[in-house]
Amino acid sequence: MQKIIKITIIFLLIFILGIFFLSLNKSLNYNTESLVGNKLGEIELVSFEDDSIFTNDDFKKNSFTLINFWASWCAPCRIEHPQLMELSKENNIKILGVNFKDKKINALKFLQDLGDPYDFLTRDSNGKQSVNFGIYGIPESILIDNKLTIIKKFVGPLTKQDLNNIKEIINNL
Amino acid sequence: MLSNTGNFLLILSILFTSFIIYQSFACLKKTNDVIFKSIYKISLLQSTTILICFFTLVGAFMVSDFSLINVYQNSHTLKPIFYKISGTWGNHEGSLLLWVIILTIFSFLFLITNKNHPKNYRINTLIIQNILILGFLFFILFNSNPFSSISPIPKEGLGLNPILQDPALAIHPPLLYVGFVGSSIYFSAAMASVITNYSGKFFAQSIKSWVIISWSFQTLGILVGSIWAYYELGWGGFWFWDPVENASLLPWFAMTALLHSLLVLEKRNILYFWSIILCLLTFTLSVTGTFLVRSGILNSVHTFANDPSRGIYILSFLSLMIFASVYILFTKYKPTNDQINSNSKETFILINNWFMMFYLITVLLGTLYPIITDAISNNKISVGPPFYNSVIIPVVIIFLFFMAIGPKVRWIKNEFLNFKDLLKIIVGAIAVNFIITYFFKSYSLISNLIIISSVFLIISTISDAFKKPKINFARIISHFSFGFLIFFIGLNHNFSIEKDFNLKLGETKKIDNFNFELKDLKLQQYDNYKAVIGKIQISDLSTNKKRTLNPEIRIYDNPQTLTYEASIKTNFFRDYYLTMSNIDRSEYYNIKFQEKPLMIWIWISVVMLSFGGFLSFIRNAKNN
Repeated sequence: MQKIIKITIIFLLIFILGIFFLSLNKSLNYNTESLVGNKLGEIELVSFEDDSIFTNDDFKKNSFTLINFWASWCAPCRIEHPQLMELSKENNIKILGVNFKDKKINALKFLQDLGDPYDFLTRDSNGKQSVNFGIYGIPESILIDNKLTIIKKFVGPLTKQDLNNIKEIINNL
Repeated sequence: MLSNTGNFLLILSILFTSFIIYQSFACLKKTNDVIFKSIYKISLLQSTTILICFFTLVGAFMVSDFSLINVYQNSHTLKPIFYKISGTWGNHEGSLLLWVIILTIFSFLFLITNKNHPKNYRINTLIIQNILILGFLFFILFNSNPFSSISPIPKEGLGLNPILQDPALAIHPPLLYVGFVGSSIYFSAAMASVITNYSGKFFAQSIKSWVIISWSFQTLGILVGSIWAYYELGWGGFWFWDPVENASLLPWFAMTALLHSLLVLEKRNILYFWSIILCLLTFTLSVTGTFLVRSGILNSVHTFANDPSRGIYILSFLSLMIFASVYILFTKYKPTNDQINSNSKETFILINNWFMMFYLITVLLGTLYPIITDAISNNKISVGPPFYNSVIIPVVIIFLFFMAIGPKVRWIKNEFLNFKDLLKIIVGAIAVNFIITYFFKSYSLISNLIIISSVFLIISTISDAFKKPKINFARIISHFSFGFLIFFIGLNHNFSIEKDFNLKLGETKKIDNFNFELKDLKLQQYDNYKAVIGKIQISDLSTNKKRTLNPEIRIYDNPQTLTYEASIKTNFFRDYYLTMSNIDRSEYYNIKFQEKPLMIWIWISVVMLSFGGFLSFIRNAKNN
């Protein structure tokens, strides 16, 4: 009997630690490989300024949209911000910001200090909408085309290399 | 310059730590019962070095030395000095240094305060604690170094997250760290106890103070975080069952169980292995929590930056800790045949432990389940308040009854329970509940039971204070405030009011028992925004009291955006919470109003709860 309990305990511990290990590598595998090429599901995002709703149809108007998930409390978001500012100068792409679990005043201060790259800004105050996008840690960004197909997904802060990558994609088509 | 000093001090600490471990092994080989003088000296040096190392970093933040990446990324010259200092631990690297300080200081204090315990037990504790310290020092030096330099030196820093610039959040990490990093010392002591067969009463005495003090700080730390989330994040309410909040609650449950099982171990010399498991579990859960929030698996304010190597390091460390403790426990475990009478204090304390384990498992499952389903099936789900509320709340009712009766029961074997007294108390509790429902408002059956059971605990605890010849004030205050906590949560939940309506300037609207009047709108110009400040008078028709709240609509120049700032008024009876927003092409304003009764008492109850812990610490120190 004791042996069974011991084995069960060890098995459980290995299982949990194994899950932790899988989760560590998860975001990379999951986000870039399995989502790319998929279509975006039904989207309903609430605008940052008023209660108007941003839906799939709004995406169809732009040839490319980068959906960027950010928050003022997220330090890496500060690091990627210059890249977003630069990208906002491009004509072929619109940037949709999703402000994640944030307080409005802080979010605005953030944009005031570092600049506002967003063509549209929406909010996800309790973080539920972002889960539907498969977002687990922020910052994350999803590049989609006007058919709502996910072209690329970026986990963590956008680097200069990512920026060039996006520019290549949007200017080649 | 500071970068070199910091790195030098880190390396010096590693040398001291290794030397302590080396000397301790040498000391173990000697047959006499004396610990080398040198071990005391190096331990003192080690603590001093780590402290100087930490203050070097604090200094770098104070003078805004941007040659350090860490200071550059988390500070700014224009920041108030208070937030420059708190910025030291407002980031991953700096907070790890705080970890090591607590590990080291607790190690030193444990060494010098437990002189009446055998040498082998103390030395083994020291060795294990120092292995932990060494692990974290290596982690800091090679993976998360706060003293890494940057070249060329930037002129200005990126600034601390605005959301972290808050007094509550400045003290939240140190408080919480004393709690859950402090639990490392009884993790080490428990391992040492099993290795050296130093069990029973004396072992319990050697760790009791440490458990109490870490529990008290953990309680305060959780409270401060919770208050901050209430007013800053606007999460609504005092507890959101967010995975990050849960991560701090898990070790708290284990600590609370341990706190009680130690009483049995000290008094009756039973439940030894169970107490050991709880010691190991507490610190393991603390490290697990750190892993979950720091690796980026759980997303929160605590996720500073996603760096996979960081997660791997903590996970390896955690696995090593878990398997070492499981191995030692399995090889040394001896089944005991503890005789416990079912009508005795021991039984009631065991019941407390079962409840704590039930809460722990529930919260653990709720926290891990989404991670497991995501890892296995890519299925993203979120476990929210409905799960916790439906599983935990009904059980709390029974728990409160046991909590009230337990302290009345005697050790070993109770003669009889005074049912007459209990009956009086329960009638009293039902009467209080009846008065509330009769005069104010009726609520659901489960809420009735929550109120009755919490009042039962409150009255019963107060009555204990008058009966026993020897009063344990620490216990009375803790149990009493826990009763109050649940009582106020129950009332707050049932009596919260939320209203949503439109109002124009000069208009008065009557809703239920309130009159709302938009008396004035003022336009004010500030540095970077202008604000429309409303003056809304709320008159309570039942008491004729008038209150004025001033919500704001802010218009920022750059970028041009509107924000709505809530106005919160707190008093001893209720919090009023009001926001105002404009409606396009209309002279009306949308008003959202909330009344949250007795909010402040929830916070006060938790402060009292931890105060009970501090009292118990003093009492225990006096007794020994």
